[in-house]
Amino acid sequence: MILTLITFLPLLGALIILCLPKEKENLIRWFSAFITFVTMVLGFWVFFAFNRNTAEIQFVEKCTWIPAFNIKYFMGLDGLSVAMLVLTPLLSFLATVYSFNIKLRVKEYFFFFLLLETGMLGVFVALDFFLFYIFWEITLVPMYFLIGIWGGARKEYAAIKFFLYTLFGSVIMLLGILALYLNSTPPHTFDIIELSKGQPFTHTFQYIVYAALFIGFAIKVPVWPFHTWLPDAHVEAPTAVSVILAGVLLKMGTYGMLRISYTILPEATKYFAIPLLILAVINIVYGAFVAMAQTDLKKMIAYSSVNHMGYCLLGMAALTPIGLNGAIFQMVTHGVVTGALFFLVGVIYDRAHTREIAGFGGLMTKLPRYSGIMIVACLASLGLPGLAGFASEFMCFLGAFTSTINPQVFKIVTGIAVAGIVITAGYFLIMIQKVFLGPLNEKWKDLPDINARELVAIVPLVALMLLLGVLPYIAAGLSTESVTALLASLGVK
Amino acid sequence: MVKDIVLPLLILIPLLPLLAFIVNIFFGKKVGANAAYISICAISISFLISIYLFFGLIISGEQTMEFKFDWLNFGSLGIQLGLMLDGLTAVMLVVVTTVSLLVKIYSVGYMHGDPRYSRYYAYLSMFTVAMLGLILANNFLLLFISWELVGLMSYLLIGFWYEKKSASDAGKKAFITTKVGDLGFFAGLMLLFSVGMTFNFKDLALLVSSGSIPENTLNWIGILIFCGAVGKSAQFPLHVWLPDAMEGPTPVSALIHAATMVAAGVYLVARTFFIYAHAPMAMEVVAYTGTFTAIFAASMALVATDIKRVLAFSTVSQLGYMIMALGVGGYTAGMFHLTTHAFFKALLFLGAGSVIHGSGKQDIREMGGLGKKMKITMFTFLIACLAIAGIPPFSGFYSKEEVLSAAFNSGHMLIYWTGTITAFMTAFYMFRLFFMTFTGTTRSEIHAHESPGTMTIPLMTLAFLSIVCGYLFVSGQTFEKLVHFGAEITAREGGEGTGSHFVMIMSLTVAILGIALAFFMYYLKKISPEYIAEKLSPVYRLLLNKYYVDEIYEAAFVKPVKNISGKLFKFDQKVIDGAVNGSGFMTLLMSKLQNLFDKVIVDGAVNGTGWLANKGGEVLKHLQTGLIQDYILMAAAGLVLVVLLKIIF
Repeated sequence: MILTLITFLPLLGALIILCLPKEKENLIRWFSAFITFVTMVLGFWVFFAFNRNTAEIQFVEKCTWIPAFNIKYFMGLDGLSVAMLVLTPLLSFLATVYSFNIKLRVKEYFFFFLLLETGMLGVFVALDFFLFYIFWEITLVPMYFLIGIWGGARKEYAAIKFFLYTLFGSVIMLLGILALYLNSTPPHTFDIIELSKGQPFTHTFQYIVYAALFIGFAIKVPVWPFHTWLPDAHVEAPTAVSVILAGVLLKMGTYGMLRISYTILPEATKYFAIPLLILAVINIVYGAFVAMAQTDLKKMIAYSSVNHMGYCLLGMAALTPIGLNGAIFQMVTHGVVTGALFFLVGVIYDRAHTREIAGFGGLMTKLPRYSGIMIVACLASLGLPGLAGFASEFMCFLGAFTSTINPQVFKIVTGIAVAGIVITAGYFLIMIQKVFLGPLNEKWKDLPDINARELVAIVPLVALMLLLGVLPYIAAGLSTESVTALLASLGVK
Repeated sequence: MVKDIVLPLLILIPLLPLLAFIVNIFFGKKVGANAAYISICAISISFLISIYLFFGLIISGEQTMEFKFDWLNFGSLGIQLGLMLDGLTAVMLVVVTTVSLLVKIYSVGYMHGDPRYSRYYAYLSMFTVAMLGLILANNFLLLFISWELVGLMSYLLIGFWYEKKSASDAGKKAFITTKVGDLGFFAGLMLLFSVGMTFNFKDLALLVSSGSIPENTLNWIGILIFCGAVGKSAQFPLHVWLPDAMEGPTPVSALIHAATMVAAGVYLVARTFFIYAHAPMAMEVVAYTGTFTAIFAASMALVATDIKRVLAFSTVSQLGYMIMALGVGGYTAGMFHLTTHAFFKALLFLGAGSVIHGSGKQDIREMGGLGKKMKITMFTFLIACLAIAGIPPFSGFYSKEEVLSAAFNSGHMLIYWTGTITAFMTAFYMFRLFFMTFTGTTRSEIHAHESPGTMTIPLMTLAFLSIVCGYLFVSGQTFEKLVHFGAEITAREGGEGTGSHFVMIMSLTVAILGIALAFFMYYLKKISPEYIAEKLSPVYRLLLNKYYVDEIYEAAFVKPVKNISGKLFKFDQKVIDGAVNGSGFMTLLMSKLQNLFDKVIVDGAVNGTGWLANKGGEVLKHLQTGLIQDYILMAAAGLVLVVLLKIIF
């Protein structure tokens, strides 16, 4: 029952919030924090209870739901999903703490926020397509409102763009799901695990369904060229929502590919490995270049997400143990690092009411604590060894370089991607120099340093950056067995 | 040496400075001026341990000790990290801890009163940790991790006075330039792993010597890994960051940009010599890169006027020497020169720091006659100059002679002669620096004073090392025995034999000629340097502008990258997002058109019918007058009409 409990606890919280009087803003805040905290503790419990030495689905909950269509209420965890099930409640809790500064329509905000958490958690535990799709769509609605109501200047545009774009993708994905259902051996099934076991799907069928599912997932990741909703949504969304967006929502795309496309459509997965590799490299290099051109700090971080999700795709395309484990690990580290970065951008925006990189200067002198943390987060993001980003990126690269799919092509194309590392270092260092170094811009001489609430939200992530950087095995070891099993089912060494 | 305590000792060596770092960075305000003592204490113990291990190895003659643990594990495939101790590591440990210790002592005086004093010591300590990790690593991954950390600490230390734009620029430039080299290194590692499936040095060495990896692949791996060394050791074409790095505090230059970090590249090539030994083409690339860099950088040192920049170019040049030695197979020679150079170059930098500290000047044209006021600085500086110029019995003489012998014996005559010319240039520019700084009369308003004891004691210690370490290591071939890489390397190392007398006499001759020329030009002033500069004006300007390499890079790389980035962003907004918004717009447009069609045609038909009925009714309603006679009239008219029709048809 643990998975049901974790998934629906935030929903329960959301419903209770609806019953609270809206004037009691502090009660609502603390109550939300309490709910997300408990969820987070449960998440950690799962982390410790999870058995790393098996590829079996764990914590299974399975019962018939709608017998007419053979739809089941099926939840479970394995190495592909467990890391995200730990990360999501963690980021949700920190984001809730950070959101204490929300003043506008507090009750609705936390209602939507908790609803969103249930949707996200559900995506990672659902193993029945029907259930999966419901959770997938649930995330859209609160996200739409969170951006549309509590967002920045162009919030309506960003919210609608986000909503329509992802809805478009998920509708096509739905077609793919239905095609899988209707072509499965009778009695037709929505059961993801059952579908991954020797279904009579022809190659052509696999290619078509793969493409349909891919559009849905690619928009979420986002894979170039489906990425343009991301900078708008990120820039307009309130800080905590940006964190969730980057930390969790993007991973629904890569997770979906691993969980569904990779397990159910093995032939298509191998067939599309090279195209995926090329898209990954475009994400890396293109994302890095465009990030460099940004003048808005938040937009720069947004594009750096495009850049970093490219590493994840790179590891996935490789179809090697190191690569796939690296990709899953990269989801976690990117969540941690970019989550922290978005918090940090929020911190400075709350104070200065601008995010213009060129408008700052010399903040290191005035805000030493903030600057130190921000620089550590930037270094983690640019892949400095000893911090979280390096280990996962390294694994993704190593995986791609040792790929057996087409070693020659993989080596050359990955070689190009390596250049992205320097561009990434470039834009972060340029930003650090403009914002933190040099003489202090007199305009900011009264800026207060980072406060306690912000530290509570950010310091755990910084600690994780260090921990995962030094001992990556803590998280990277979660997926080993599942990845081995997955690769065996793909028939790749 | 008791084997059981080696591992804890190896761990302690980087751990102590790491603790110093943690204390100083998090409790900087509390510890205040004690930051220095915390760092010095930590590194002192590391230094003593290193000395113990060093002599332990010499006495016991043990070869390699290795300790490893799992870092990542994927079922059958694991990546291990670990530490190792062999002769090469032991030598580097001693070099790094000695220079670190002295620099930290020296900094007490030099950085006195700096507002970020504890931060400075925190950074220095962390730098030492990274450097020690680099040389203790038993595998490429830990080496690479430490390598990058070294780069980061260098970035922070160069840009230590970050309020100055030139300092933060220099830090950024160093980080990015070395990162470019690291890309090659990174790719090389990947390639190496894809053929060897391990990062462990020993395992890889076995694999390479078994001959199962094709030579072509090894050449590629060798060249790619060398890219990393080119970046870190400031070899052409990635040398550009080092002269700029002089923006950092001078003790930092001594530690990082003379003795340790820049030597990391040389160390890398030495450590991976088992690859180069089987990759002849990569060896050639290494040899010629080093040779070219040696003379290229020396030529720029001839005209530089900033005391630290002269030393920076000299460092680049000497690093080229080491790389060159390794490239021609002179493994021991390269490492030997690294060791002697670490001491005398650190001494030169610290001496320069003392000059800057005492005189407040950095341009040697404004100095002169400082020797009278700063006797200790002058004498120690002179010893270092003699060492680098290659005058016996100073250490540089022995190592340089070995480097040149290696080149000579390997049959690379071009390399040998280039090296010899470089030696001449080295002797000349070093004594130009010496005479312009310390002799003659002051050329500007200077109130020089000798530096405090914390600064002069390290100078004297280093001077002592610069005198003795050459002879000590050569006698009984101590050094060679210690760092030697094992039997398989010897085959390649045809370069090292008995040093020929020709090479020795030749190198001594050019050194003396160089010094003599400097003596005539800058001490006796018999030859006017201005006259030569004017005569050779184009060459002079070329050298002064560092061959315009910075400008070329600016135009060829920096600007295009910015350009591409801006263009891609426009493309992103206009084309890709344009397509998204465009399709949104098109959908809206379509719906509007359909709306119009709906309204005009479909609804039009519906409404039209209604309208017709309406209008018809309106017309026809006039017929309904309500007067009974009208109706009768119409009825009658109708009847008539029917009858008429009947009659007609």
